[in-house]
Amino acid sequence: MDFSHYLLVLVGAALVNNVVLTRILGLCPFMGVSRKLEASIGMALATAFVLTLASGSSWLIDQLLIAWQVEFLRTLAFIVVIAAIVQFTEMFIHAASPVLYQALGIYLPLITTNCAVLGVPLINAQARHGFAESLVFGFGSALGFSLILILFAAIRERLEGADIPDAFKGAPIAFVTAGLMSLAFMGFAGLVR
Amino acid sequence: MSVLLALCVMAGLALLLGAVLGFAAIRFRVEDDPLVDKIDAILPQTQCAQCGYPGCRPYATAIANDEADINQCPPGGDDGIRQLADLLGREFKPLNAENGVEKPKSVAVIDENVCIGCTLCIQACPVDAIVGAAKHMHTVIASECTGCELCIAPCPVDCIDMAPLGETPASWKWRYPLALLKVVQ
Repeated sequence: MDFSHYLLVLVGAALVNNVVLTRILGLCPFMGVSRKLEASIGMALATAFVLTLASGSSWLIDQLLIAWQVEFLRTLAFIVVIAAIVQFTEMFIHAASPVLYQALGIYLPLITTNCAVLGVPLINAQARHGFAESLVFGFGSALGFSLILILFAAIRERLEGADIPDAFKGAPIAFVTAGLMSLAFMGFAGLVR
Repeated sequence: MSVLLALCVMAGLALLLGAVLGFAAIRFRVEDDPLVDKIDAILPQTQCAQCGYPGCRPYATAIANDEADINQCPPGGDDGIRQLADLLGREFKPLNAENGVEKPKSVAVIDENVCIGCTLCIQACPVDAIVGAAKHMHTVIASECTGCELCIAPCPVDCIDMAPLGETPASWKWRYPLALLKVVQ
């Protein structure tokens, strides 16, 4: 459990087993909020923050559930905890930094319904990660999610002006692009076991 | 037994998180005036400054602070004044003639053959709806133009006209009271 182990977990979560392209989690914001680069950066920041926080606190809750032998409540409990964290984050940011609150705007409450935020803590629980590992894994996943979302938004902004056959305009070409990105990320497979 | 424990755990969790959120709601309360937002939502956002304030938001703030009357907004017209009167629980009063008269919604159109590219109208536009550069022709982005007429006065060659928008299915609205109620003497 030394430093290199955590680095491997981080890289593994961010690139090799990317939440969006490999685990196919969090597709709604990936397709929905990637039309404008600015919006996607806001969404990426907000999600990264909540994802890391959710991984840590879900681990704590999971220890409680295991101690009382009610692990079957995991999904339910995690959802409640994540919703509460999102609400808390929103209130805190509203008070602490109105500018950031304005920038994140509608994206903050939307994170509640982001399946990546629920999926990562569940993967943590399944893989029996420790607290630090959970945090690193959550942060890595958040990094991966942000990277993909921002990259994809940048590509889609370019696609707006590209000469595309009518039938492919809009969502179809976006899905094709997402598929190609997923293929490209398969190049990382085997980098970390 | 396990079911009971599960219920207790979820109830406890909900109680704990509810308490944390409740505490946060009090601890991180943000003092903003929802009334200003509501008034601002009714105002037409032309930013024309005919009310005597630099824009719609300052006017909304002034109304909320009782510094301005509700009948100073010509673009909003009688409709807007009625909505403001409803919101604030005041009597409807006709538009103050000092602020101007209600006109049909229109957009500015630049006669591009006459435009000399002086950029004066660009500087006057409160919503940045005019594009162009020095000594190059300017034009109005119709979808951004609020019809405030602020660009007409600065134009040295009088090449800006107001073109009424007319009524389209997209802009049509229900008229406020469809039949005026008769006052019983």
